[in-house]
Amino acid sequence: MKTVITAAGNNVSAAFDKRFGRAAWFCVYDHANGALAFEKNDFADAQGGAGTKVSELMVEWGVGKVISGDFGPKAKDLLDRFKVQMVVVEEDATVETLLERIKKQ
Amino acid sequence: MAFKIAVVSGKGGTGKTTVSVSLSNYFQRLWGAAVHLVDCDVEEPNTALFFPEKNMRSVAPVYQEIPETDLERCTFCRECSTYCSYNAIVVLPSVKFAQVDPNLCHSCGACLHACKEDALHLYQKQVGELRHYKVGATLKISEAELTIGSAMQTFLIRELKKTIGGDSDLIIYDAPPGMSCSVVATLSDVDLVLVVAEPTPFGVHDMCLTLDLLKELDLPHGVVVNKAGMGNDQIYEVLERYQTPVFGRIPFNRDFAHAYAQGLLSSLDDDPMLKWFRRILFEIERRMPAYERVDHSER
Repeated sequence: MKTVITAAGNNVSAAFDKRFGRAAWFCVYDHANGALAFEKNDFADAQGGAGTKVSELMVEWGVGKVISGDFGPKAKDLLDRFKVQMVVVEEDATVETLLERIKKQ
Repeated sequence: MAFKIAVVSGKGGTGKTTVSVSLSNYFQRLWGAAVHLVDCDVEEPNTALFFPEKNMRSVAPVYQEIPETDLERCTFCRECSTYCSYNAIVVLPSVKFAQVDPNLCHSCGACLHACKEDALHLYQKQVGELRHYKVGATLKISEAELTIGSAMQTFLIRELKKTIGGDSDLIIYDAPPGMSCSVVATLSDVDLVLVVAEPTPFGVHDMCLTLDLLKELDLPHGVVVNKAGMGNDQIYEVLERYQTPVFGRIPFNRDFAHAYAQGLLSSLDDDPMLKWFRRILFEIERRMPAYERVDHSER
């Protein structure tokens, strides 16, 4: 299973980005082998439909869980439909902090 | 052809509807002109509210054509999704899912062109309603109201404008507030723009944005300073700097505001605004080509 953390930058010391569709980067953690990758969000500046397109990416990447600050209604519908768990974190944190937390689970 | 005037503001609440409704009244009364008043604020049309004596002429729904995916035919090739500039199409080959989000679709037709499998079919979705009214012999009113949840403002404004014939002497477009696409759609074919501004810091700020837009669109325009006497005189310095003509001032008048709030703009007995509007009508006339049908005998 893969978990995505929305990130403001492309490394673990970057801040956690609380936006889902318009997050700058996605930190993709693969629980199976511990691999960590940072993917740039090409839809961050889209005029509309960012949440929809990013949800599409999540499903295509085989992501089971997304950690972000908020999910819009269109993103929620799609993620729900394809059983991607949405985890809302409201606190300010770095990607590293959240990563340590999910690794412990 | 009718002479087309748009009444815009930038900032909301400066008096677009007050000026539009008053102009349509005075054009009829002072010039004997036939006027068509068109409310382009499709998100909350209110112009017609000022004419309780209006007669409804027609009501018609406006539809947008939206593609729907036929999952029997779809090969999940993602071509349509790639073509879509509005991110309205989700295609998930891994789970054999494809869907068009009607709230994001702009009906541009690109996906239909992209699809090689004939897997997209159009259906009609209502985005609003057009309403046409008549008030007496010389006034027509038209408005459109956007369906809640739809984001097709500019499409609806264009559809509304298509239904406006040229048989009146003047067409007055009451524009939506702001300076976004809806306002540009309203301005697309007008002959003259009236900017209604109020002499407050916020009013001046938004007026400047509007003047910049009009300059960009290269449209002839002038400013009506509404609620004159409020705020400060900064607006006049700014207008001088912009070299924008002032078509007139409408002083702040409690009775007038009261009449507006009660929806009685068109039936003021003791008309405190007549002399201020005469000046505005004069400035508009100066910018019009000669219209034979306009009867000037009462002026």
